[in-house]
Amino acid sequence: MGSVFRFASPQAFYRLSGQIIPWLVWLALLLTAAGLWVGFFLAPTDAQQGEGYRIIFLHVPASWMSMVIFLAMAFWSFLGLTFKTRLSGMMTAALAPTGAIFAFLSLWTGAMWGKPMWGAWWVWDARLTSELILFFLYLGYIALTSAIENPARRDKAGAILSLVGSINVPIIYFSVVWWNTLHQGASISMTKAPSMAHQMLAAMLLMALAFWVYSVAIAFYRVRTIILEREYGASWVQELYGV
Amino acid sequence: MSGFGAILRRDLKVAMQRKVEVLSGLFFYLVVATLFPLALGSDLDMLRTLAPGILWVGALLSSMLTLGRLFEADWQDGTLEQMALTPNNLSLLVLAKILAHWILCGMPLVLMSTVLGILFDLPFDICLVLVGTLLAGTPILSCLGAIACALTLGLRGGGVLISLLVLPLYVPVLVFGTGAVESLASGLGVQAYFSILLAMLLPALFFSPWACAAALRVALE
Repeated sequence: MGSVFRFASPQAFYRLSGQIIPWLVWLALLLTAAGLWVGFFLAPTDAQQGEGYRIIFLHVPASWMSMVIFLAMAFWSFLGLTFKTRLSGMMTAALAPTGAIFAFLSLWTGAMWGKPMWGAWWVWDARLTSELILFFLYLGYIALTSAIENPARRDKAGAILSLVGSINVPIIYFSVVWWNTLHQGASISMTKAPSMAHQMLAAMLLMALAFWVYSVAIAFYRVRTIILEREYGASWVQELYGV
Repeated sequence: MSGFGAILRRDLKVAMQRKVEVLSGLFFYLVVATLFPLALGSDLDMLRTLAPGILWVGALLSSMLTLGRLFEADWQDGTLEQMALTPNNLSLLVLAKILAHWILCGMPLVLMSTVLGILFDLPFDICLVLVGTLLAGTPILSCLGAIACALTLGLRGGGVLISLLVLPLYVPVLVFGTGAVESLASGLGVQAYFSILLAMLLPALFFSPWACAAALRVALE
């Protein structure tokens, strides 16, 4: 375990991530190209939705990532509060903007998909509403952490908020589903998707992987910036950049 | 437990010396509820169907607006720091403050709802269920709000920040609170809704003081 915790030191992480990031960027680009190629050229046209359904290859992976990143933030927050590792708070902070962007992307592509298919940019469907609330939770986290000046307090307050949020996410989802069945009669259901062709599934998984790798790369990049910001006075930073 | 009682008594006593502060949240609720008929029209049938939602949202906003004084004054004059230094469990003291907030802000809202129910011409049974859901739901609002309040302690623009943090978390309470009234109006039972509201209240009562205490210690460092 000692060897793993070695990378919890900002200095070791800075070196390691500097070597990893270029690989991740190339991998993300390759996966995106492959996913888009399979999605746009190999996957068959949908019988009911025509070509318009192809936005699913952006929409679904973006929704997945927005949820995965929230879980990842809770995970790092938990580590940060229990082991008091400095890097954990930086990781949480670095993940939040990406998560918010994916939540927004999911809502945006959902609206663009909804207009031609359902005839409305927005319906008060359970999934849409809970995704919107997830987006609000991200914004709340970002607003709180950017209002706090002291880095130590920022990390801890952010960690508490993201843990409270992650406990609430399932409750919110459940309550919105309940609310939805109560208020809305027979409406459009997204769950009754027709069984999917293999190429569609492959494209979606490729895109999900691409988003995943992209998120790791961009989060690492952001952590490196945060490390430089906070450790500006440290001797290893000054040595590295000859300040 | 002596610390718990002392804090509760003190908070109530301090609030009684500034009655206007306590009453302002209540007036806010009254005014907001009055604005809706003016904006939507005076058709009683429509107002009757909208009333539960209006009253719940009004109670939610009022409860949120009164959170500001939960820790702020004690933090500024150093009382909070002294509380954290006493051998008492800080979570327990925080629970006393949350309870005081509910007695001063939540309970008056519940009582006021009976009057507002009459203004919106609600039938007696619906009014009763509405007041019941508010009685079970407003303590949850105080609990969740206290966490946001502790996290934003002493920050610039704290008031707006609290609303950003807390309103998404209030969603389940709002859904089940208004859901009970809707369920009664459509002839279904309301017991499930009360069970769920109480099931949310218990963990909120248990975990929220704990999270608050952690957030307060961070703010006091």
